[in-house]
Amino acid sequence: MKLKITAIAAALAVCGSASAQETFKLGIVSFLSGQAAESFGIPAVNGAKVVLEAFNTGKAPAPYNKVGFGGVKIEAIYVDENGGATKQVQELRNLYDRDKVDAVVGYVGSGDCLAVAPVAEEMKKFLILYDCGTPRIFEDGKYAYVFRTASHAAMDNVALARYLKARGVKFTTINYINQDYAWGHDSRNDFKAAAAQLFPGSKNQADLLPKFGAGQYGTEISALLAQPADLTHSSLWGGDLQAFILQAGPRDLFKRTQVVLSAADHVLPGLGDKMPDGVILGARGAYGQMAPKSALNDWWWKIYEDAYKTYPVQAPYRMVQSLLGLKLAVEKAMAANGGKKPTPEQLAAALTNSTWESPAGPIRMNLGDGHQATQDTAIGRTKYDAAKKMVTLVDIQRFPADCVNPPPGIKGEDWIKGGFAGAKCP
Amino acid sequence: MGAYAAASFVAWFASWGLAPGFSLVALLLASVAVAALLAPLVERGLLRVFYGRDEVLLVLVTYALFLILEDATKLIWGTNPYFVSAPYSLFGNVQVGAQSYVGYDFVLVAVAVVCGVGVWWGLNRTRTGKVVLAVIHSAEVASSMGVNISRVYTFAFMFGIFLAALGGALTAPMISVSPGVSVSVVIVSFAVVIIGGLGSIEGAAIGALIVGLARALAVHTWPPAELFSIYLAMAIVLVFRPEGLFLRVKARRI
Repeated sequence: MKLKITAIAAALAVCGSASAQETFKLGIVSFLSGQAAESFGIPAVNGAKVVLEAFNTGKAPAPYNKVGFGGVKIEAIYVDENGGATKQVQELRNLYDRDKVDAVVGYVGSGDCLAVAPVAEEMKKFLILYDCGTPRIFEDGKYAYVFRTASHAAMDNVALARYLKARGVKFTTINYINQDYAWGHDSRNDFKAAAAQLFPGSKNQADLLPKFGAGQYGTEISALLAQPADLTHSSLWGGDLQAFILQAGPRDLFKRTQVVLSAADHVLPGLGDKMPDGVILGARGAYGQMAPKSALNDWWWKIYEDAYKTYPVQAPYRMVQSLLGLKLAVEKAMAANGGKKPTPEQLAAALTNSTWESPAGPIRMNLGDGHQATQDTAIGRTKYDAAKKMVTLVDIQRFPADCVNPPPGIKGEDWIKGGFAGAKCP
Repeated sequence: MGAYAAASFVAWFASWGLAPGFSLVALLLASVAVAALLAPLVERGLLRVFYGRDEVLLVLVTYALFLILEDATKLIWGTNPYFVSAPYSLFGNVQVGAQSYVGYDFVLVAVAVVCGVGVWWGLNRTRTGKVVLAVIHSAEVASSMGVNISRVYTFAFMFGIFLAALGGALTAPMISVSPGVSVSVVIVSFAVVIIGGLGSIEGAAIGALIVGLARALAVHTWPPAELFSIYLAMAIVLVFRPEGLFLRVKARRI
């Protein structure tokens, strides 16, 4: 009996070490079900699949052209982010302990990010947060093993306000409709503060906070029409945003007020001609139609479009930029480790303060002691193209990272309220 | 399910080149199809086993079913959203002061009134309805009077599913039909039914009005209280009428 157990244990140990030698195990966590699956989780995971396939076959363009990560094939494990923060903490522990992953890339929900970051830190395991928006993670906390490879939400609303200024959009009154949780509140606060700085005479009117996943906005639209404002700001996203547009469009809200959306490019392919013209919107980065022209972007756009018959928007862009950064970091750490798979510490050291090129432009890990990225972003205006049967974005304006992100050492909110000290705008 | 079926039916109708007016027929047919397919399956295959058990058990079983069906919709229709907005623009717009309303919204109110009155009349003024009420009251006595209980159960359940599917189908044009749309409906319906009193149609109508008006009042005057307003209304009603506004007269069980 005892011998049997030893034999099994030995067999398991052999298997374990053999597979650990062969592949780099990567846990990828995003919404595979629930309300955020369709607009965020599934496209992001789809993006990960085509890019990892390209990595494993060595078909990505230089400097990303080594097979896998530095010659080691990547084995991805996909986990559903649905189910709340408590469940995610357990799932993350399982990934590290049971599945023995070398790194985890994941998390769309701000609440999930805030919950899992301390867990990775405590377990001394490598974690990249690829999407979530709340600035609090690295502004209120300090981590050695946790990174975020995309800008936080302050950028989105500062860029919107700067766009309105740059394009000479005239307004004095502002209505707000945002979801009643961290993302909605933070977005509203940042836009309010940025508008107060750039448009000193502006006045805030209605401040609506429907709950996440409300789906029906009849009453809210009535309230917005009852006290019409020149400008209406919203950070709604996914199914909520689609429902809001479908209900507000026929009720002429878009004709009576200039609507500005902080994160909306992901609903354009789905809505098509139901998306009103002239809406000013951002994508949380220079993503999709607003991406800068580059060989890397052309390659990425093509592999995604070939696989899924639609063009990539925010979520897959954020996924690919994190995987590209991770790839370079792993390869750098491997080189320093004599070609062997790096430890979490070596991996963390390689990613800290690093920079790399992504399809959306350069990513720099320059905030939060080198753990929080900043990136360029862009804002555009919708225009339906009947010939192409798609919503196009026109009047696109790009903003360099230093113009719309706080500099190191100051919180986003304080930076906006202090008049954007140190911002470098063209 | 209703919303998804509606999405498919409207898309089929459009692909056959029928006029947009037919999309309304599609919505109705979608609900009938859901009721005809799903109801016998669920009632005969699952719920029948649990009749006569504790009602709490039935609540749990139906909730489990709700979760399963939610995943089933994902298997059948995938996670991508569906848009069925064709019927939404059929009735034009109505201008009321500073507001602009979509005619479809008013049609929905009319349909709701017709359904409510129809169900009330059907239950209280027709022979079939009275038989259904008798079965609910006491299946045993009804059975001894010669009522085919299992047929009544199936019929009542099928009709209920039809109305629920019709609700989903008629809402579909206003929303993006995507996984998870049903959850919020369940919570609000719960509040409506509790306020109105279980098993009362007048109660459900009044409850729906109270919940809707409480929400609207909150959104217009003090938006942060939107969700709270629903539960506040519910709490106030329950303080004075612990079993809801309208309660069916119950025979005391000994």
